[in-house]
Amino acid sequence: MTNLFKIAIRNLIRYKRRTLLTASLITIGVVFVLVFVSITGSFKAMMIGQITDSMLGHVQIHRKGYVASIDNLPLNLNMRPKAYSKIAAFLQAAPEVEAFSPRLKFGGMFSNFVETTNIRLNGIYPDREFHTVPLLTSRISEGKKTLNRGEIMIPILLAKGLKVKLGDVVVVVATNADGSVNGNQFIVSGILESATGPGGRDGYIHIEDAAEVLRMPEAEVSEVAVRLKDFSHLPAAVRQLEGNVSGEVNKEGKPIFEVHSWEQLSPFFNIARMIDVMTFFIKIMLIAIVLISIMNVMMMAVYERIREIGTIAAIGTLPGRIRSMFIIEGLCLGVVGAVIGDILGSVVILIVNLLGIRFDFAQQKGMLLTAKLQPADLLTVSVIVIIVAVAASLQPAIKASKMEPIEALRHV
Amino acid sequence: MALIIADHIVKDYQTEDVVVHALCDVDFEIEPASFVSFVGPSGSGKTTILNLIGCLDKPSAGNLRIADTDVIGLERKESAAFRGKHLGFIFQDFNLIPVLTVYENIEYPLIMVQNIQPQERKESVSRMLAAVDMADQAHKYPHQISGGQKQRVAVARALVTNPALVLADEPTANLDSQTAYAVIGLMKKMRDDLGTTFIFSTHDTKIVGEAEVIFRLEDGRLTGKEMKGGAKP
Repeated sequence: MTNLFKIAIRNLIRYKRRTLLTASLITIGVVFVLVFVSITGSFKAMMIGQITDSMLGHVQIHRKGYVASIDNLPLNLNMRPKAYSKIAAFLQAAPEVEAFSPRLKFGGMFSNFVETTNIRLNGIYPDREFHTVPLLTSRISEGKKTLNRGEIMIPILLAKGLKVKLGDVVVVVATNADGSVNGNQFIVSGILESATGPGGRDGYIHIEDAAEVLRMPEAEVSEVAVRLKDFSHLPAAVRQLEGNVSGEVNKEGKPIFEVHSWEQLSPFFNIARMIDVMTFFIKIMLIAIVLISIMNVMMMAVYERIREIGTIAAIGTLPGRIRSMFIIEGLCLGVVGAVIGDILGSVVILIVNLLGIRFDFAQQKGMLLTAKLQPADLLTVSVIVIIVAVAASLQPAIKASKMEPIEALRHV
Repeated sequence: MALIIADHIVKDYQTEDVVVHALCDVDFEIEPASFVSFVGPSGSGKTTILNLIGCLDKPSAGNLRIADTDVIGLERKESAAFRGKHLGFIFQDFNLIPVLTVYENIEYPLIMVQNIQPQERKESVSRMLAAVDMADQAHKYPHQISGGQKQRVAVARALVTNPALVLADEPTANLDSQTAYAVIGLMKKMRDDLGTTFIFSTHDTKIVGEAEVIFRLEDGRLTGKEMKGGAKP
């Protein structure tokens, strides 16, 4: 086997220019794919992180039918305290759950006593919310990173529009489930940067204050945001939680609760899927580049070495060994292209990170692009290149092994 | 017992419209350790006979036995294995592998054909390098040595596996006369030392004189056989 590699490598060196061109083509393809995969992958991971860690949470649990009417924030589809306590018990016992936060969501009117506008509010237990969506505090551009009773955090667009500052007293008026109207005064304790996606322009108050505004004797819960210990186990965790809550049924025997992952709640999931599709097609392009370039170079190699093939066949080299010689040549070409591509790709990604490229995405401005190359991507791309290189060498190698020595020796 | 027995060998080539009779009813026997030449003008069938004996081609009719084996019945892989075990080849254009050194070219059949162990390989190659007087050129590549040296390497490569028979198709055609005699002399010496049968084809009348058994071919027919001093009938 060592000798087969020796012969293959020397044959590649023998046609330096052609080998260099083919290896360069493969290298460029690998670099392009690695840079694309790492940048898009990092962009995707960053956006998902922003969406799940600053507002949505990884998973949410609602009363059945709530999500279908979520734009209206229907108070009649809230969980009663007794129902929530069941969910809380499940979540406390679930090993995959790191934290969870109940929210009471409602729409109301926001006034600075001069102007009035509408607002969507989340009633939260601040500690639990900050633990469940840890990037929420990073969105507080002004004010303290806590929330006490009687305080409100408002989105920056609202603050700017109504010229509201920290410490100002504002009024929130809301209609409760019975149709009666109630209002409370709050002190603005924080201004929130907007975020892309549902809930990205909501305000926050304490859940007890929310219950008071809505005249609830005990706080009801619109949704429970859940943070998982390991985000990569999301589908399994969702299945597990669905299994846990599915036992809770109403009088008609229908489930009371429903579990949604962030993917079902955020439109960004479609963008993430498009990125995956684009990555797939970029990989297909790489396969095409490697396949065509190696097949071309190996066919040339076989054509140019017909007399050599005739000679080695005449002196008794078995067809399988002749086949191996050419396959190993293609393999070596693939390995060289993949390894150099991996190294250059890593360097390019390092340079991209050192350049500190920033970009805007929807409401989020100046996000730092941090391209991250996953070892799995490096391995996948390399394995694809090497397998395709071997596959591309097969046809020329089989052709070489099937040559009749007498005809090959006659070749001029 | 004869090393080669050719019995009523016929070889026809079918072209688009016509059948070319390359060999017509050829009979001969060749004894072990012979130094044999097939001679004749171009198109007389020399190369065809060597290709048949070399198991590179099969006759259209007749029987051919080499080293007590019916080589006509061999499958493609069996033919390759038979060639690797019993035959050596010397080509007109030397046909050394350009990416291998002189040493590696001689070593090639031992590794790729016979799977000989490294120590035994080293001894065999060193012995052959010394026998063809190429030990000091062992690490050169084919493009770095002369035509005569290349043919000596080819002789060494053909003999390193210790075959019963070496076939050489016009081995001196690309050499000057002095080098050609030297190569033929080397082949004869190797026959004397190792007892290997050498069969070569040539149209060079001076080189023909070096052979001990001469088969004359004309239009695909054996027209004569000459025996020289010491040759077995």
